[in-house]
Amino acid sequence: MSTYEQIPGDTDHGASDEGGNERSIICLRCPRGCEISTTLDGYGGIVEIFGNVCKLGRDYVEAEIADPRRILPTSVRVRGGERPLVPVWTPKPIPKGRLLDLARATRGIELEAPVAVGQVVIENWEDLGVDLVTSGAVRRV
Amino acid sequence: MTCDTSYDVIVIGGGPAGLAAALSARAEGNVRVLLIERNDSLGGILPQCIHNGFGAVIFGNDLPGPEYAYRYQEQVEAADIDVMLDTMVMDLTPERDLYAMNATHGYLHFRPRSIILAMGCRERTRAQIRLPGSRCAGVYTAGTVQRLVNIEGYMPGRRFLILGSGDIGMIMARRLTIEGAEVVGVLELLPFLTGLRRNFVQCLQDYDIPLHLSTTVSNIIGGQRLEAVETVRVDEELQPIPGSTKRIECDSLLLSVGLIPENELSLKAGVHLDSRTGGPLVDSTMATNVPGIYAAGNVTSIYDLVDYVSKAGEVAGRHAARYAGAAGTARGGDAVEATVAMRPGQNVGTVIPQQVRIDTTGREEVTLMLRPNALIERKVSVEVWDGDRPIISFRENYSRPAEMMVHTLRAKQMQALAEANERELTVVIQ
Ligand SMILES: Cc1cc2nc3c(=O)[nH]c(=O)nc-3n(C[C@H](O)[C@H](O)[C@H](O)COP(=O)(O)OP(=O)(O)OC[C@H]3O[C@@H](n4cnc5c(N)ncnc54)[C@H](O)[C@@H]3O)c2cc1C
Ligand code: SF4
Repeated sequence: MSTYEQIPGDTDHGASDEGGNERSIICLRCPRGCEISTTLDGYGGIVEIFGNVCKLGRDYVEAEIADPRRILPTSVRVRGGERPLVPVWTPKPIPKGRLLDLARATRGIELEAPVAVGQVVIENWEDLGVDLVTSGAVRRV
Repeated sequence: MTCDTSYDVIVIGGGPAGLAAALSARAEGNVRVLLIERNDSLGGILPQCIHNGFGAVIFGNDLPGPEYAYRYQEQVEAADIDVMLDTMVMDLTPERDLYAMNATHGYLHFRPRSIILAMGCRERTRAQIRLPGSRCAGVYTAGTVQRLVNIEGYMPGRRFLILGSGDIGMIMARRLTIEGAEVVGVLELLPFLTGLRRNFVQCLQDYDIPLHLSTTVSNIIGGQRLEAVETVRVDEELQPIPGSTKRIECDSLLLSVGLIPENELSLKAGVHLDSRTGGPLVDSTMATNVPGIYAAGNVTSIYDLVDYVSKAGEVAGRHAARYAGAAGTARGGDAVEATVAMRPGQNVGTVIPQQVRIDTTGREEVTLMLRPNALIERKVSVEVWDGDRPIISFRENYSRPAEMMVHTLRAKQMQALAEANERELTVVIQ
């Protein structure tokens, strides 16, 4: 079975003759999802960029190469509430490579009802400058 | 049983469409509004959609579903709107007799001056796509698992396979992975992704979950519980390719194979449905063919962005309140103006609203929501044809079935509709 055949994706074509390399990245800044091709100089700089439809796309590619980050939505347990869980998220994105680490860290957490929207559950997780915050409310029963 | 006739407007369903409709109806004047919801809380489907991706249009902010719903809930609670939770609307007549039931009051009878249908949609199930094989446990619709995992805190399996590459399927693939389950892959019958590309990147690629296009389920294997799924590749005609079957071990299969507007009540009330959308035929005030009955949100057509559901709810609420003619509203009842019908033509799946009320005063903004049915990755021209000539045309960057096109008619375009010869116009994408 083939994977990803018709879908452009994040591909790393490795070093080219010029010593740089080419990557194709789908921009996540808006639903349009432009496919942007870039040639890199091998030192984190961008030599060429094609297919980005707006300026945000260039910013996105720069960030995606230097420090790819994503938002993590998940949930944590609640004691004494009308529901056993409350949804939480990182309003600011965290490094992509740490998503599952943070997800694991949330498994041990249990909040006490009542829980309000926007309550900080973890402040500045691992000094990454990102908080884990509730996105729902749970009343006490 | 006495009939309660004290309400001007009753809204059926407390999801984003119903919440926005109740608020805007209440804001029209001294309007008595009742919101009826069968669940024990408001918000509709949103409390279980804990991922972000909601509110970019309305709040200019990318919020998780529960937070988006919460912002509306707070406003509804603060406004003078009656809310009945745990109450199911059972029956509705063309005369607007509404029958509902709950544990506290038993059977209830209301006759409001106007009604807003905001019942949302439900998922297509295994039976509707005729999946062959064993009737074992472990085959779920994606929304059911979303509810189990995100609301009940219950993980219904260990190794999941997902059928359907729409947004719900991809979002659940990520969700299950984050919660520690294994997702062995996502299958898609069609040769292209049916959800948003950003969800492909941030839900599948980021978590190394493979996507298999032109592939579907050919057999479900298991005794009490699902043990494996047989998959098969399909050709351009979507016919199975002999010799391409594969066995995938898994204990759960998630179906994300489409949504259907929930319209049993609408039919009872004599509301005409559009065979394409599966929802009521509505005009640009969200009025149905039954006087005083309005509809908004997923009950009319499946939307991909909640922001536009809320906007449609606002329009329905405003006009339902005016129809009710409560004190202080802009005018008593909507005078019937001329309308033109919008028919889907080439490359267009559905158009909402199906009728546009001609209003050249500029007081009412009319937004067309088009669902393309062709994937065209280049600039396209969207045209409205009056017989053999185009009278409106505008550009879009591309045409993708996963994304509705949203176009607010400008004054000149409304004027063009007013001057059209035909009463039925055709919308095409070229
Ligand atoms: C998994 C998933 C992911 C999504 N992701 C996004 C996203 O990232 N961004 C985005 O913008 N949108 C997203 N959406 C779409 C968005 O959630 C919907 O467009 C929106 O919820 C539709 O609102 P609604 O009010 O029409 O219907 P619903 O939210 O379904 O609400 C309908 C309500 O009516 C009630 N009801 C039905 N029948 C009766 C009855 N007879 N009596 C009383 N009450 C009744 C139901 O209980 C329900 O509460 C997603 C949807 C799903 C399912
Ligand atoms: S490049 Fe611009 S238009 Fe394209 S996806 Fe990114 S933000 Fe959207």
